[in-house]
Amino acid sequence: MISVKNATKSFVLHNQGGAVIPVMGNGNLTVNAGECVGLTGASGAGKSTLMRMIYGNYLTQSGEVRVGGLNVAQAEPREILQMRKHTLGYVSQFLRVVPRVPTLNVVAEPLLQLGTPRDQALKRASELLSVLRIPERLWDLSPLTFSGGEQQRVNIARGFAYDYPALLLDEPTASLDGRNRETVLGLIETAKERGTAIVGIFHDESARKQVCTREIDVIEFAPKAAA
Amino acid sequence: MSDYNFAYLDEQTKRMIRRAILKGLAIPGYQVPFASREMPMPYGWGTGGVQVTAACLTPDDTLKVIDQGADDTTNAVSIRRFFEKTAAVAVTQSTKRASVIQTRHRIPEEPLSEDQILVYQVPIPEPLRFLEPRETETRKMHALEEYGLMHVKLFEDISQHGQIATAYAYPVMVEGRYVMDPSPIPRFDNPKMEMAAIQLFGAGREQRIYAIPPYTQVVSLDFEDYPFEASKAEGACALCGADHTYLDEVIVDDDGGRMFVCSDTDYCESRRQAGHLGVEGTPYRKDAA
Amino acid sequence: MTPLLDVQTLSKNYGQRIGCKDVSFDLYPGEVMGIVGESGSGKSTLLNCLAGHLEPDHGKVLFDTKTDGLKDTVTMSEPERRMLGRTDWAFVHQHARDGLRMSVSAGGNVGERLMAVGARHYGDIRAQATDWLGRVEIREDRIDDRPTAFSGGMQQRLQIARNLVTGPRLVFMDEPTGGLDVSVQARLLDMIRELVRDLGLSAIIVTHDLAVVRLLADRLMVMKDGHVVETGLTDQVLDDPQHSYSQLLVSSVLQV
Repeated sequence: MISVKNATKSFVLHNQGGAVIPVMGNGNLTVNAGECVGLTGASGAGKSTLMRMIYGNYLTQSGEVRVGGLNVAQAEPREILQMRKHTLGYVSQFLRVVPRVPTLNVVAEPLLQLGTPRDQALKRASELLSVLRIPERLWDLSPLTFSGGEQQRVNIARGFAYDYPALLLDEPTASLDGRNRETVLGLIETAKERGTAIVGIFHDESARKQVCTREIDVIEFAPKAAA
Repeated sequence: MSDYNFAYLDEQTKRMIRRAILKGLAIPGYQVPFASREMPMPYGWGTGGVQVTAACLTPDDTLKVIDQGADDTTNAVSIRRFFEKTAAVAVTQSTKRASVIQTRHRIPEEPLSEDQILVYQVPIPEPLRFLEPRETETRKMHALEEYGLMHVKLFEDISQHGQIATAYAYPVMVEGRYVMDPSPIPRFDNPKMEMAAIQLFGAGREQRIYAIPPYTQVVSLDFEDYPFEASKAEGACALCGADHTYLDEVIVDDDGGRMFVCSDTDYCESRRQAGHLGVEGTPYRKDAA
Repeated sequence: MTPLLDVQTLSKNYGQRIGCKDVSFDLYPGEVMGIVGESGSGKSTLLNCLAGHLEPDHGKVLFDTKTDGLKDTVTMSEPERRMLGRTDWAFVHQHARDGLRMSVSAGGNVGERLMAVGARHYGDIRAQATDWLGRVEIREDRIDDRPTAFSGGMQQRLQIARNLVTGPRLVFMDEPTGGLDVSVQARLLDMIRELVRDLGLSAIIVTHDLAVVRLLADRLMVMKDGHVVETGLTDQVLDDPQHSYSQLLVSSVLQV
């Protein structure tokens, strides 16, 4: 479902003397349907960068990044948008939404994008919010007013609203308490059973052990130290 | 006869105006620019109409001039005298006997015939100006038949008054092509514009001439659910009893007493001559002033 | 699938000065593209050339017309272009008073485009105007008020309703949220987003506000001195800008 071959990435900072910061020298990764691959490695080793490259958020300099049939590294913007709509979900660490939009609508958004009838989309959204223990009285408020943990759960609900064939999870359990953590891990298990291909970053080692079928240390992908 | 050229204007000017008139007749409803001259009267007193009349008159013509339907108001009397002096043409107050009729704000009640010319005085020839002040833009709108804006004005009327409240200068579509301002005639007169006579419109300050040839289709704009109505005041003429003519309201005392009379004085008088009598009229006597 | 808009090497000069130079891109149905850049970068010139308000010196603007398919709007006849302007296209100005008739009621403003394409039933026009005012959250009882009596945000929403009532397929927006209070901006952004999604509109939005494009635009074009220096997916350009000017632009935004 997801495959990365010989991918490289570096940042060029034009406004700081043209400094070149290589971050990935040789990325290789294959994730099949029903698998959950955990990315490990020290902070700054390039876990999030790899995820963003798969999502098309960061450009890939060379090599191949395939999601389904699409080579993200060379795809047109509209192909990537289609992929994000239909194929690849992403739960990031940050919640980025239009201010003042009610939580329920934020969660239903991916379904509405796909043309799901409004009542169905909102029904699915409220189910997820209930499962994730967001009190119903908050559903009409913007999630921007919520606590960090609540925002995180809204983000997760949004990511799971539609059953994407592939998912990227960036620290989905980071700021959650025990019960919510279990709920989220349960959602991930269900997605796996459904055949979703998942790439995840989990700092929480026991969570990682529980849901990941494999682990990959991104240090393997690091650029050869300027040698 | 005076030292003026016939009908005041020089021959070259009259030719120029006649060319504009012919062009106007060829393109019914289209505003033809012309080089309007200074006339010995202020703008707003009919300088456009006077120039058109001057270009139409021949020594054999009989001229009638009305202002709001009346032959005896200042404006009508002055213009009539002007042409008596400068063209020495015959003048009349009778609609039937006139060959050229210059008018301000009315169409005579008596149907006109093919050998007559009706000349309108026009203050603002551009019907779209109310909503679009740019002349460059309104000309383009005419050229491209973009007339949606005209209906916006009528839409506003209905929104604010529950009906189309435009009572005069009610816009018309001429021969399915040009939207035209019929000059500030009451909308009661709009249906009469499909007539046998030639209709010419002159706007002196605005330097525009336009025309409607005989038997041309003239349709008042409206909405399907708010159709055009040629409305008039309810009631009958107090002098001649007519209930089918356009009526003026006259206040007769300080207690709010009022009466309605025909705005077309010639028509009213000929009815009284024929023996019609309104509630406050007196039987017609030849010597009555 | 054919693109809705296919722009080829579009250039416009003001005498010696470059307005915009060699701009090419395409836009597919349902896409929203943002154009960013500082004042004088040529983004408004470009937008006006695309919308037929300015005549470009060179290049093509092919639009997928309903009757004839892709057609160059630069060379098509003026009546045809103006017809597009009041049917398939919409233009939302930064200042609502440039896009509204200030002396005409809200209902008349919304109804104008309908009447311009031949609607002649007062009741129907008013019903549609009422419906659209509701969709942009203007209360029905304000329908007979003039825009002069509206707040800035309401005027902007009225302008949007007036533009969308004839079901255009392509909307040009010039700084649609500029000059509005932040709280009003948010509501307007959300509304534009929903309308674009629900109606499947394509839009080209010119702005200097990167937050606006992040929320509204799928794709982004960065302009500097009349040239396009970078294009791409909005979040990619904002999070991983490649050109030095894009990097400067992104790093110059104040964080709240």
